[in-house]
Amino acid sequence: MDLYEHQARELFEEHGILVPRAEVTDSPKEAREIARRLGGRVVVKAQVKTGGRGKAGGVKLAADPAAAEITARQILGMDIKGHTVGKVMLAQPVDIETEFYVSYVLDREAGGFLAIASAEGGMEIEEVAATRPQAVARIPIDPAEGVTSAKAGEIAKAAGLPPQTVDVLVRLWEVLVREDALLVEVNPLVRTGQGQILALDGKVTLDDNARFRQTRWGTDGVEHDDALEAAAAAKGLNYVKLDGEVGIIGNGAGLVMSTLDVVAGCGARPANFLDIGGGASARIMADGLSVILSDPAVKSVFVNVFGGITACDAVAEGIVQALDSVQLTKPLVVRLDGNNAARGRAVLDDRAHPLVQQATTMDGAALRAARLATTA
Amino acid sequence: MAIHLTKESKVLVQGMTGGEGMKHTRRMLAAGTNVVGGVNPRKAGRSVDFDVPQCLKGLGSTPIAVPVFGSVADGIRATGADVSVVFVPPAFAKAAVVEAADAGIGLAVVITEGIPVHDSVAFTAYAKTRGTRIIGPNCPGLITPGQSNAGIIPADITKPGRIGLVSKSGTLTYQLMYELRDIGFSTCVGIGGDPVVGTTHIDCLAAFQDDPDTELVVLIGEIGGDAEERAAAYIRDHVTKPVVGYIAGFTAPEGKTMGHAGAIVSGSSGTAAAKREALEAVGVGVGSTPTETARLVLERLGAGA
Repeated sequence: MDLYEHQARELFEEHGILVPRAEVTDSPKEAREIARRLGGRVVVKAQVKTGGRGKAGGVKLAADPAAAEITARQILGMDIKGHTVGKVMLAQPVDIETEFYVSYVLDREAGGFLAIASAEGGMEIEEVAATRPQAVARIPIDPAEGVTSAKAGEIAKAAGLPPQTVDVLVRLWEVLVREDALLVEVNPLVRTGQGQILALDGKVTLDDNARFRQTRWGTDGVEHDDALEAAAAAKGLNYVKLDGEVGIIGNGAGLVMSTLDVVAGCGARPANFLDIGGGASARIMADGLSVILSDPAVKSVFVNVFGGITACDAVAEGIVQALDSVQLTKPLVVRLDGNNAARGRAVLDDRAHPLVQQATTMDGAALRAARLATTA
Repeated sequence: MAIHLTKESKVLVQGMTGGEGMKHTRRMLAAGTNVVGGVNPRKAGRSVDFDVPQCLKGLGSTPIAVPVFGSVADGIRATGADVSVVFVPPAFAKAAVVEAADAGIGLAVVITEGIPVHDSVAFTAYAKTRGTRIIGPNCPGLITPGQSNAGIIPADITKPGRIGLVSKSGTLTYQLMYELRDIGFSTCVGIGGDPVVGTTHIDCLAAFQDDPDTELVVLIGEIGGDAEERAAAYIRDHVTKPVVGYIAGFTAPEGKTMGHAGAIVSGSSGTAAAKREALEAVGVGVGSTPTETARLVLERLGAGA
């Protein structure tokens, strides 16, 4: 889960990293009050979980409290790359002397974290890395040792950052570890005219797997781009909405991804990703079907199950029970393969639902579901 | 021979007395795995009876009694166990793996899904310093058909043979095992779908290259990270056996996690297309569906026979 900038700022502050004075609101009137408290002149920043806010007009300077109210009114409700602005952060302007970049990111292949730092902050780090790779330092962190002062000194030196950043690098590492973050990025980290080191903007991505021990943010920050995704999440389903017309249900993330690809290869577009896991019980099947059938774009549904731990006859029983509780409105193509496939197919044949067809291979079933969707 | 797991392997199950642990220990025993004990400090000294179906000769119908030990170290002392399969819940997985590594286990197979990444980073790094190989987390384990099954892979969908398989995905592994059941497999390894895993495609490619029982390797990948690209470079430099690949996730949108915690395209990195290109560039045939992948395997084996 990504945090909003104002949440990242709050974390940095708690861990002793200097940040600009700032407050958050969803009301233009309150924005005026906040600006007054902050001394009048403020930066108004849209709180959205996407980059490129500045270019989209989501970050503006307001000269006084009245201007802050007007600017907040403009920015609130704005659409930035598909994200609607629900809150703005008002921050005291900072006298920037130099901008740096620092982050800790997960290096999947190394199985650990990597410090990335550059004396050229402010812009997209990918751009700096592409055009001037020598300006970006990448230092692997030993998981057993973490970032000590000595390690932070090494990072700062390699990136050409001033020695005052060492303390910030150590504290940022604490943020990463204590909050179970997968990414902590400060861009820019600035040196002010007064020589202070300040985190001006930050991004923090938390590990969803760590929610059981990091309860602070709850699920407040979980955004569903779409009502179907929200409905599926409420039922505990592993569902992602896509733009196509063939609804997909399968067991196992890899097999479902593969199913989407095979359907796309047959000339149709998948409407969703839905992994119902190994068990494929009647309840999960029914929940999955009802979410998919409520998607108006869906023209056909493809249930692709490999019976491994749960054999196909049990899966077929689940489908049959689900058909009793869900009103099927679109053709359903079922492919059962693996353990007890023949028995599973017989169970579905016995049910003889007029909208249910079976195919014995994944490729054949995908083709049939694709044709049903594109000719419907 | 096979890789990492043979009929000689003595397997401990950490978390055996839990629901998943019980269910899969029974299935492992049914597949012929030499399960020598479970680990649970609160139930040490007892034993658990498993009513295993008579699918193997000589087992008879008597239940198999598996002793429970208070620690991995006790289990190793009493049985000489060299493999541990970990079913403990996410919050306790790190401690369980560290315990297994400290006790000197050679291989820890971590089935648990949902372990915080910081924990996986910590225990995989620690295991390396202790000489313990980790497979997983968030994986189905590994199977050497006809010999031993450490994890949750269905044993009855394939048979022993000469194909080695390494995969990020469980069900795609099963699909290929089933499609190629007439030829059979030396060992199938599910390395797991998390961003940080203990054993990589490359580790398995190296082991299969050295395994006289493996003639061809099937490599299954999916979006996210660059493990497949790295595997391609490794194949070019070190693997002389034929490799056939499959990649899932061509239709996955950028920035969305597709089921597996590690299955995410970030910007232009981690795409399926890049992975397929990298593999094809080093002569790996990549199927566009699992079935076509199986067909490529048959062709390659036919040409070599």
